[in-house]
Amino acid sequence: MKPTHHLDYSTLLAHAAGTLDEAFSVVAASHLAVCPTCRNALREAEAMGGALLEGIADMPVSAACRARTMAALEQAAPARAVTRAPASELPVPLSRLLPAHALDEIAWKKKAPGVAMFDVPLPQGARGQLKLLRIGAGRAMPEHGHGGEEITLVLKGAYRDHMGRFAAGDVADLDEDIEHRPVVERDGDCICLVATERPTRFKSLAARLMQPFVGI
Amino acid sequence: MLAVMEPADKQKDQDKQRLEAHFRAMIGRVAADRDRQAFAQLFDHFAPRLKSFMMRKNTSAELAEDLVQEAMIAVWTKAALYEPSKGSVTTWVFTIARNLRIDRIRRDVHMPTTELGDYDEPSEAPEGEELLGRKQEDGLVAQALQSIPEEQRQILVLSFVEDMPQSEIASKLSIPLGTVKSRMRLAYGHLRRILETGL
Repeated sequence: MKPTHHLDYSTLLAHAAGTLDEAFSVVAASHLAVCPTCRNALREAEAMGGALLEGIADMPVSAACRARTMAALEQAAPARAVTRAPASELPVPLSRLLPAHALDEIAWKKKAPGVAMFDVPLPQGARGQLKLLRIGAGRAMPEHGHGGEEITLVLKGAYRDHMGRFAAGDVADLDEDIEHRPVVERDGDCICLVATERPTRFKSLAARLMQPFVGI
Repeated sequence: MLAVMEPADKQKDQDKQRLEAHFRAMIGRVAADRDRQAFAQLFDHFAPRLKSFMMRKNTSAELAEDLVQEAMIAVWTKAALYEPSKGSVTTWVFTIARNLRIDRIRRDVHMPTTELGDYDEPSEAPEGEELLGRKQEDGLVAQALQSIPEEQRQILVLSFVEDMPQSEIASKLSIPLGTVKSRMRLAYGHLRRILETGL
């Protein structure tokens, strides 16, 4: 599975700099987990960050700090390579946050016919919102402009919109003014991971999804 | 724009490569023999830079030094995990420091960060060949930074050094968020062109 829709370079750079909101960084890291192309680009962005930081001014470190560090070495055991979790259908950066191990163990909440949602819990103080979204086979999602920052990663199934086909591993990292109307393919549900800003200035994702059904 | 190498730049580039080779050797000695003298050399080079990096967000000198200590101990314990083919020692050290800073200073949000190495499959290119490619890449990255338009460079500094999210950069510079993003794209495009053409 090689993704064909990638992270925007501005997202990759912000991710490399560690400045993305937590919700967005989970989506970015989950795409990176399955995308060698973006991993390579991230490495280049990190190299650029490394080269920039090499040039920053020094600040003298106290002798006490040096002595404490040297003294602590004896006790510090070598770190071992991370042993990978057993293969799961979920990317590691996401599965660490979920109470379930598989997508069908998720406690989905029905939001509208053919639409179910699950709020992914983020640590307190984390910025942005993270949701899993399950849309039924053949269904159209309501047409919407984003009205705020949003990144979507397809975890299962596929949908199509004017940008093309988005299947598992593909990420839709679009400017907020782009309107789109995704339609899920007929052969199965589509499950996505969606990061959005806090819904302060704009309608929440839930409200947008309910729009055609409840007519808000 | 062509980034032509002046003789002085070439000298600087060679010095940098020598320094990088030296760091790699020191990391190797720490990994293989837990060599304290090699570690002390890494400390003396990186700790003052890390402190400056940690103090960017109004952090007290005391907390900054605690984090320098923590970052340098991570360098000691993770030395065997450093893969020269994946990036320079400097980049690796600052990636460790950045993750610490995210955890401890910026948000006090305890969320596990994912490092690239966490999900990297072993590379297929032979180590030596890849390393050679990377050494050239380091020089080209430095060149890219020298020849990048100032308004793009400024955005990179604000993100990587000053630790500012895109929205904060936009309000600091009084430009739309979209402009911050497009400058980031241009900056990356500039780097890509230089890496691809070698110019």
